Amino acid sequence: MIWLTWRQFRASTFVAAGALAAIAVIFAITGPQLVHLYDTTVATCQAHHDCQTAANAFTSHDSFLQNMISFVMQVVPALIGAFWGAPLIARELEAGTHRLAWTQSVTRGRWLAVELGLTGLASMAAAGLLSLMVTWWSRPFDRISHNALDPGVFGERGIVPVGYAAFAFALGVTAGLLVRRTLPAMVGTIAVFAGVEVAFALRLRAHLIAPLRVATALNVRQISQMSISAPGNHLSVSVTPRMPGAWIYSSQVTTANGSANLGSAPPACIQHAGIQACQAAISRMHLRQLVVYQPASRYWAFQWYETAIFISLALALAGLCFWWTRQRVS
Amino acid sequence: MISTVLTARGLGKQYHRRWALSDCTLDIPAGQVVGLVGPNGAGKTTLLHLATGLLQPTAGTIKVLGGQPANSPAQLARVGFVAQDTPTYSRLTVADHLRLGAHLNPRWDAVLARDRIDRLDLDQRQVAGKLSGGQRAQLALTLAIAKKPELLILDEPVASLDPLARRELLQGLMEAVADQGLSVLLSSHLVADLERVCDYLIVLVASRVQIAGEVEQLLATHHLLTGPRRDPNNLPADQQVISASSTDRQTTLTVRTKVPIHDPAWTVSPIGLEDLVLAYMRRSVGAGRKPALEVLR
Repeated sequence: MIWLTWRQFRASTFVAAGALAAIAVIFAITGPQLVHLYDTTVATCQAHHDCQTAANAFTSHDSFLQNMISFVMQVVPALIGAFWGAPLIARELEAGTHRLAWTQSVTRGRWLAVELGLTGLASMAAAGLLSLMVTWWSRPFDRISHNALDPGVFGERGIVPVGYAAFAFALGVTAGLLVRRTLPAMVGTIAVFAGVEVAFALRLRAHLIAPLRVATALNVRQISQMSISAPGNHLSVSVTPRMPGAWIYSSQVTTANGSANLGSAPPACIQHAGIQACQAAISRMHLRQLVVYQPASRYWAFQWYETAIFISLALALAGLCFWWTRQRVS
Repeated sequence: MISTVLTARGLGKQYHRRWALSDCTLDIPAGQVVGLVGPNGAGKTTLLHLATGLLQPTAGTIKVLGGQPANSPAQLARVGFVAQDTPTYSRLTVADHLRLGAHLNPRWDAVLARDRIDRLDLDQRQVAGKLSGGQRAQLALTLAIAKKPELLILDEPVASLDPLARRELLQGLMEAVADQGLSVLLSSHLVADLERVCDYLIVLVASRVQIAGEVEQLLATHHLLTGPRRDPNNLPADQQVISASSTDRQTTLTVRTKVPIHDPAWTVSPIGLEDLVLAYMRRSVGAGRKPALEVLR
C-alpha cells in the first residue's frame, strides 16, 4: 500500500522537493548577506545615533524577496489543499480506479489511512520546512519590526503553517470525496480555506487567550493625536503605547475615574500657549490610559493553540473521510 | 470445499427512493462460470458491487465464499474483481500495475502475471492510458487472475470491446478458469457474449431476479410452442407461460415445464438461450412488477 501511495505521489514529491531546494538555495545566498548587513548597520546604529535611518534602509532591502515570501507563505497551504488534497480521492472516483484499489487484498480503511497519512504528513513536512527557512531568513527583518503577533505576519512564521497545511490538505481530500470531481473540489478547497484562514486571523485568533487590560497614568509624551472639537472645546486624546512586540487590541484615554468623556480642554491648550504648556496642563488632569493587549511573551502560546486547532480540524475532516468512504462510496 | 460461492437472502439495495436491486435470493454453485444477464439498469452492477463489498446492502444478507464481502484482507484476497470499463491507473505503466498487484496481494502469482502480459504482447513500459481498450481490459483481467482468487467477478468486461478483443478476452478468461479451477461470475447485457462461456445463468430484469439455473437445465425445461391461435391461459397447470405472441392465425409461446409436451396441436421446438432470456425480459416489461420466480435448483 505504501508503494502504491509513493508511486502515485512520487511526481508531486519531486516537484515540491525541487521548489523547496530552489528556495533553500536563494536563502542560502541572500540570508548570510542580510545578517552581515544587519550586523554592520542596524546592530551598530546606537553608536551613530541614526537607528531610524538604519532600520528604514535595512527594511527596504530585498523588498521583492520579502513580498514574494509573504505571497508564497499565503498560497502554499491552499495549493497543498488543492493539488495534493483534492485529487487524492476525487481522481480515483473520476477514473473508477477506486474499484481497482478497493478490491485488492487491502481493506478500504487501510488504503485510506496510508494515502491520507503519508500524503498528509508530506504536506505538513513541506509546509514546516518552508516555514522554518522563511523564519530563519526573515529574522533580521522581524527583529526590527518586532511585530510577530501582527495578523499579517503571524501566520507566515513558526509552526502555524504546519497546521494550515494539515487543515487545507484534509479539506481538499474531503471536498474531493464529497464532490467526486477533481476540478470543482480544487476550486472549493481554495475558496473555503481562504475564508477560514482570513476569518481566523481577523476574528477568532484574538479570542484564543483573554487579553491583558492595563490602566496606567497617561504619559503625555506617548500622545499621538489630540483634538479639540468646537462645541464646548471637547478634548479627545489618543496614544500609541510603547509595547514592543505586543498585539494591541485597543488603547483608550480616560479620566481619573474611568470615564471616556474627557470634558473640556484645559485653557492652556486653547489659548495657543505652546505645546509645553498644553502638555503640562493635560498632565495635571491626571488622565489615565487603558490598554487591552496581548504581550509579546504569548507568541508561542498563540502559535501552539492555533496549530493545535487547525490540526484538530484536519483530524475531524479525516474522520469524516473514513466514515464517508466506508458508508457512502462504491 | 464450499458448494456455493454466493448466497443471497432477500438482498436489496436502495438509492434514495429507488430500489436498484430488491428481494434477491440466490445460491450460486461453486466451480461454474455464471452469467448475469439483463438489460442496462437492471441492477447487475449493484449485485456485483454488493458481492465485492464495494456496496453495503440496504436489506437482506449476502455471503461470498462463506464470508462477509470485503470485511477483511483475507476475504478480499479470495475474490478478484474487474470493474465496469476495466479501470486502470492511466499514468502508471503495465509493469507498475504488476508491481501494484504484487504489493497489495499476498497470494500474487508473479510468474502467471508476467506470462500473461508476455503472451498478450504488452510492453511493460507502456503507460496504461496509452493502451487500447482491449489491452486495458486484458491488463485488468491479469491483475484479477494473478491475485489467485477463488471467485472472479467481472462487470461487463467486454461491453466496450470490439468483436476480436471480446473473443480474446473471453478466451483468456476461459483459459484461466481451466488452469486454476476458479469460479467466475460475469455480467453482460448481451446474451451472445455469455452463451459460449457460461454454465449457469441468472436473468436480472427491473431490479429482480427473474430466473437462475444451469444453462443445460434451463434449455431442457423451456420450449418454444407454435400452433394455431388459441388462448395461452388454457394450458395445463404444469406448463408455465413465460411469454406469448399471436398473429391472426398463429400463437407462439415460450413455456417452462418439467414434463414433456404431447399436445399434437403444438409444434414443439428447442429454445435458444437468447430467446429464453428475451422471453423473460418481455414478460417482466409486460407484467410490470410481478413477484420473482422461485429459483431453479
